[in-house]
Amino acid sequence: MSIVIKNGRVIDPASQTDRIADVLIVDGRIAGVAPDLSSPKAQVFDATGMIVAPGFIDMHVHLREPGFEHAETIESGSRAAAAGGFTSICAMPNTKPVNDSATVTSYIVERARHKALVNVFPIGAITKGSAGEELAAIGAMKAAGAVAVSDDGLPVMSARVMRRALEFARSYDLPVIQHCEDLHLSAGGDMHEGAQSVRWGLRGIPAAAEDVMVARDLVLAELTGARYHVAHISTRHAVAMVAYARAQGLPVTCEATPHHFSLTDRAMAPYDSNYKMKPPLRSGCDLRAVVEGIAAGTVSAIATDHAPHPGSEKMQEFERCPFGIIGLETAVALALEELVHPGRITVNRMVELFTTGPESVMRLGRGTLATGGAGDVTVFSTEAAWTYDVNQSFSRSRNSPFHRRTFRGGPMATVVNGELVWQK
Amino acid sequence: MPAGLLGIEELERAEIEAILARAKYFQPVQSQSLKKLDTLRGKMIVNLFYEASTRTRTSFEIAAKRLSADAISITASGSSVSKGESLVDTLNTLAAMRPDAIVMRHAASGAPHFLARHLPTPIINAGDGTHEHPTQALLDARTILDHRGTLEGLRVAIIGDIAHSRVARSNVHLLARFGADIVLCGPASLLPVELAQLAPGVRLTTDIREAIRDADVIMMLRVQLERQHEAAFPASEYFQFYGLRLEHLDLAKPEAIVMHPGPINRGRELSSEVADFQRSVILNQVENGVAVRMAVLEKVIGPGAGSQGPGAGERQ
Repeated sequence: MSIVIKNGRVIDPASQTDRIADVLIVDGRIAGVAPDLSSPKAQVFDATGMIVAPGFIDMHVHLREPGFEHAETIESGSRAAAAGGFTSICAMPNTKPVNDSATVTSYIVERARHKALVNVFPIGAITKGSAGEELAAIGAMKAAGAVAVSDDGLPVMSARVMRRALEFARSYDLPVIQHCEDLHLSAGGDMHEGAQSVRWGLRGIPAAAEDVMVARDLVLAELTGARYHVAHISTRHAVAMVAYARAQGLPVTCEATPHHFSLTDRAMAPYDSNYKMKPPLRSGCDLRAVVEGIAAGTVSAIATDHAPHPGSEKMQEFERCPFGIIGLETAVALALEELVHPGRITVNRMVELFTTGPESVMRLGRGTLATGGAGDVTVFSTEAAWTYDVNQSFSRSRNSPFHRRTFRGGPMATVVNGELVWQK
Repeated sequence: MPAGLLGIEELERAEIEAILARAKYFQPVQSQSLKKLDTLRGKMIVNLFYEASTRTRTSFEIAAKRLSADAISITASGSSVSKGESLVDTLNTLAAMRPDAIVMRHAASGAPHFLARHLPTPIINAGDGTHEHPTQALLDARTILDHRGTLEGLRVAIIGDIAHSRVARSNVHLLARFGADIVLCGPASLLPVELAQLAPGVRLTTDIREAIRDADVIMMLRVQLERQHEAAFPASEYFQFYGLRLEHLDLAKPEAIVMHPGPINRGRELSSEVADFQRSVILNQVENGVAVRMAVLEKVIGPGAGSQGPGAGERQ
C-alpha cells in the first residue's frame, strides 16, 4: 500500500527542506521526498499549490474517554483532529477515572488502536486522581505508553509535591506539563480580571494567578533539572519568565493555544460561555506578548487545549458553565490568519510550531519527513477560503467561539501512517 | 434579541429621559384614591426571582397591577428551580405559557442576557449578580431629579462595596450619560482600579471625606456581606472608615441629598441619625420605584412597544 503526494511545496523543518517535490509513502513509512516520484499502484494526491508538511502534532487535547463519552470519544476527537490537519494528538488525563494508572493508560492505548483515525499518545496524571497530593504511578504509566505527566485542568498546588513530581519524572525522562494557576488567586473567577470583568460584574482570574505559579515552578525546575513545560501560556510575565529560564539553559518549554493568540477579553460576546476557558482570554498586552513569544522562539508549540463540553453544560449561567472550548478543526486556520498572513511569522515557522516544536517537548518520534520515518503528512493551503461551521464539526461538542468565522487557508488532507484519513 | 431592559449601559440618553418623563407622569397615580390605569390590560407579566427580594419584587408587582396587567411572582424556593431544573428549561417552560414579559432577578451576572439570546419573550432585568440593576438606577435618577431638578453636571459620591454592587454600575452608566462627576469610594480591596474605565467622568478614592466634599448627591451602598467571598476588608472597622455620619455631611453641598437602595443597615454603612436625616431621600426612592417600573413596563410591552426607534411608545 502506498500513496504519493504530488507537486506540493514540501516544508520539513527537521531537514530544512522547502521546495516543490513529491512525497512517497510506502507501507506506512516515508519512502522519499523528491521531484517526480511514483510507485506502481500508488494512490495519488495532487497537492499542487498546497503545502506538504510532516504530520502535525497537537500535544494538548481532551478526548473525554473514558468517562465523559457524551462530550467526546477517542474516535470522534480523532476525527476532529484529522479534519484539523493533526496526525498525532496527546490526550490529557482528566478522564473518569483519571489516567493515573497503567490500567487506564493501557485502556486509552487499546481504544485508540481500534477507534482512532490518528495517533493518540496518552499523558498520565502527576498525582493520584489529580488531587495534587500523592504521586501517581508514573513509571508504570510510562511503560504502558504515557509520554508525559500532567494534572491539566488543575495545577499541582503544593510546591513540595511538585518538587517530588519533577524529581521523579526526571528519572523517567518524562516532561512535566503544568496547568499554571494559583487556585487561591483565581478562586471563583470566571474570566480575565480587568476592565471587562469589572464592567460585566464577573469575578476575575488575575494574570498573577498564572505568573506566580510559573515563577515557583521555574525555581523548582532549576532545583530538579527536570523537563518542565508550561501548558497554554497566556500572560506577558509568564512568557518573559519562560524566556529567561530558557536563556539560562533550563530544559523549560511552553505552548500557546490558538485562542490565546487570536482573542482577548474584549473580543468576548457578553456572557457567552463559548469564550470561557482557563486560562481566560487575556488583555491585548498579554496577547501581544504571546505572539512575540511565538515569533521569538520562546513558545515551542501551538497546542489547542481542545476541551469539548456538551451543549447542556455550556447552556447555563456564565458562572456555572464549565471552562474550555473545542479547537482541533480551527487551529491551523487561526495560525495562518493571526500569525502568518499578518507577517508575524513565516509559514515555515508555523510548520515548526506544529511539528518539530511539539516533538522537541514530547519526543514522540514524529514531526519529520525523514525517509523511514512514520508516514504522517499534513497537507494545507494558505489561500483556500472557507467558513467554519461548528455544526458540521466531527467533535461531539459544539463549544467554539469561531463558529461562522471565515478563513483564508486551512487543512486540505491528512495522512496517518500512510493512509489518507481525511481530505477536504 | 427581543426588546426588554437588560441594563442601563445599552440605553441611549434619550431613552432614559423618556422613561424618567413617563415616571413623573405616573407619580401622582400613587396618591390617587383610584390607582389603576388601563395601559396594560390583558398583558401578563411573570416576576421570576431567583434571589430573595422584597422591595423590588413588590414594587414590580404593584407597578404591573396599577397598569392593569396580570402579574404572577415565582420565587426560586418552592418552584422547579429547587428540583434541579436548569435556568433555560425553566424559562422555556414559562415562555411557552406566553407571558408578555419576564421580570427577572438572578444571582448570576448576565443570566438575563443569556436568556434573552434564547427566548422570544422580552426580559426586564431586576438585578443580575454584581452586574446591573437598571430600574434601581432609573428610580434613583427620578429621585435626584425630583430634588435637584437636573442630573446635568452634578457631583455624585457612591460609597461602599462598589466591586460587588450592581446598583453602583447601573448608576454610573446612567449618571455618566448626563455628564455627572462621579466619585466611587470604598475600601481598596472593593474598589478595583478598572472601575474608572466604566464610563467617562468616574474617579476613585478610598477616602470618604474626599468623596463627599462638595457632593450634590451621596449614594450609600448596602454592605453586601452575602457577596463577600472572602474577607476583603476587616468588617470590624468598616463603619469607622466608610460609614456615613452626620459630621461628614458638612463637607457636602448644603443642599446635598443622601440616598440608599435599601434595605439599610443602621450603624454599618450609615449612622442612624443620617438615615433619619431630613435630606435623606430613602423613602422617596422606594416611592419612585413603582412609578419608574410602571414606565419601564409601559415602554417594554405597552401600546407602541416593539415599534422601531429609541423612545418609541413612551407617550400615548
